[in-house]
Amino acid sequence: MSEASAILALAHRDFIKLLRDRQRMVADFAFPLIFIGILGTSLQAGFGDRAGGLNLLDYVFTGVLAQTVWQSSALGLISLLADREQDFSQEIFVSPISRYSIVLGKILGESLVALPQALGIIVFGFILQIHIGPDQLARMALALVVIALFGGAFGVIVLANLSSQRAANQIFPFVLLPQFFLAGIFNPIQNLPLPLDVLSHLAPMRYAVDLIRDAYYGSASPIVLSPATTNLAIIGGLFVVFMVVGTFLFVRAERNR
Amino acid sequence: MKRYKKAETNAVDGISFEVKAGEFFVLLGPNGAGKTTTISILTTTLSPTGGGATIDGSDIVREASAVRRKVGIIFQRPSLDQNLTAEENVRFHAVLYGIFPYAPTYGLMARGYRAKVEELARLLGIAREIHKPVKTFSGGMRRKLEIMRSLLHDPKVLFLDEPTAGLDVPTRRTLWEHLTEVRRASGTTVFLTTHYLEEAEEADRICIIDKGKVVSFGTPDDIKRDLVEEYVLVDATDRSALRDELARLGHPANGGPPFKVQLNGHTVHSILRSIETPLSVVKTHTPSLEDAYLEIVSRTSE
Repeated sequence: MSEASAILALAHRDFIKLLRDRQRMVADFAFPLIFIGILGTSLQAGFGDRAGGLNLLDYVFTGVLAQTVWQSSALGLISLLADREQDFSQEIFVSPISRYSIVLGKILGESLVALPQALGIIVFGFILQIHIGPDQLARMALALVVIALFGGAFGVIVLANLSSQRAANQIFPFVLLPQFFLAGIFNPIQNLPLPLDVLSHLAPMRYAVDLIRDAYYGSASPIVLSPATTNLAIIGGLFVVFMVVGTFLFVRAERNR
Repeated sequence: MKRYKKAETNAVDGISFEVKAGEFFVLLGPNGAGKTTTISILTTTLSPTGGGATIDGSDIVREASAVRRKVGIIFQRPSLDQNLTAEENVRFHAVLYGIFPYAPTYGLMARGYRAKVEELARLLGIAREIHKPVKTFSGGMRRKLEIMRSLLHDPKVLFLDEPTAGLDVPTRRTLWEHLTEVRRASGTTVFLTTHYLEEAEEADRICIIDKGKVVSFGTPDDIKRDLVEEYVLVDATDRSALRDELARLGHPANGGPPFKVQLNGHTVHSILRSIETPLSVVKTHTPSLEDAYLEIVSRTSE
């Protein structure tokens, strides 16, 4: 009971921080809008008629939607490092709650921060006249919650191996950028050469993107790589591994300096 | 014992001491002596490389969670969340310690919580600012807020790691008055680290550490007695007569004039009474704790 309360309090704190940080809210919206509005629109205008019936704007829209939420949640976990540098984590870490509750609360909080961004992107999609039906919207909403939590868990495992905010800022682009392409946010990954195909399967973001495309296009679509059940099973497994190993490593790094 | 990674020497090297319940205990030492490391180990945020400790019967390594519940900590560097209001910082703490269940606004929190917040805020003189962002607080107010927060779960031991470092003199003094008040009201054991000596003069017992080792331990009086010589300086117009008399009385005068007579357990009065040569100068020397401290620190750095 008190653990659940503590998790809620941690999540609440992250959410309040977002609401009070206007600059961050604007910055968070800028990139997806550039990707969809400029890249998606221009790809569709240039190659759309040669894409074999695939609407490239829709393709980029779904990809960026998953990527934004997943990445926002993952990057949000870095704030644990920022807390450490501002010595706020001391206050959290001397409290009697379980270390897993701390990390779980953080993941939940950063998911709450990531999801309003998804809302913004979907509104932008409507403005660009991307067709989203009510049933699609409902499925996508559920998928986005899963994606946000999954992104948070990925953030934990990356951050557990980093010592400072500066290190995180240097490492994260290398961890994220390759996944943009391996997960097929903008580009098709159906017929990758073997080495890239292996790497693509290793990129966690792939399963997040595929899950949202399943929700948008329906499982019968050739654009979807694996059934939703497979994606969910993989995401669930990775979530547990990232969470447990990440928390263990993070706590060890905190205590054994 | 604690040796940091990549360090060649132990930051805390086999120190051992006992603090009684309800005591005001001061851990004193120069910068880098190992004070913060000791506190971090005792409050479970750092693992010891070797050795152990118990707090109120709970082992700091095996029963870390129980220890965390029993202690309150004011860190050397402030650990408030600047983005939250003062009350939100306090609420966060109350929920993390499982004292009150979580609610998203102050109005929705349990009545007991609100009563406690009002009481503590009044005690520490920050009742008017309690709903303002911490960002707008001065250094002294932040410290008060941290003290208020740490008392919320009625800790058995309150650790304060140089709580008044960087505060100006009036702020330091009022903060200190508040702390004394709090200590009287709650009967909490207070474990303080500091390098301000006037804060240690009030202590029940003091432990002085340097370079990770205990160099002195006891009440402020014990430490003064052990470490600094008490003596009386005397001089007379007839110096050679005085010198002879002192030698006869078993107080060989070294150096001088004026001659330095060690008390060695005698009172100043009895020594003066035994001297018959008319004295022209009498100066007693009773060291302050600061003298004792400087003595100790300069001795270990040699």
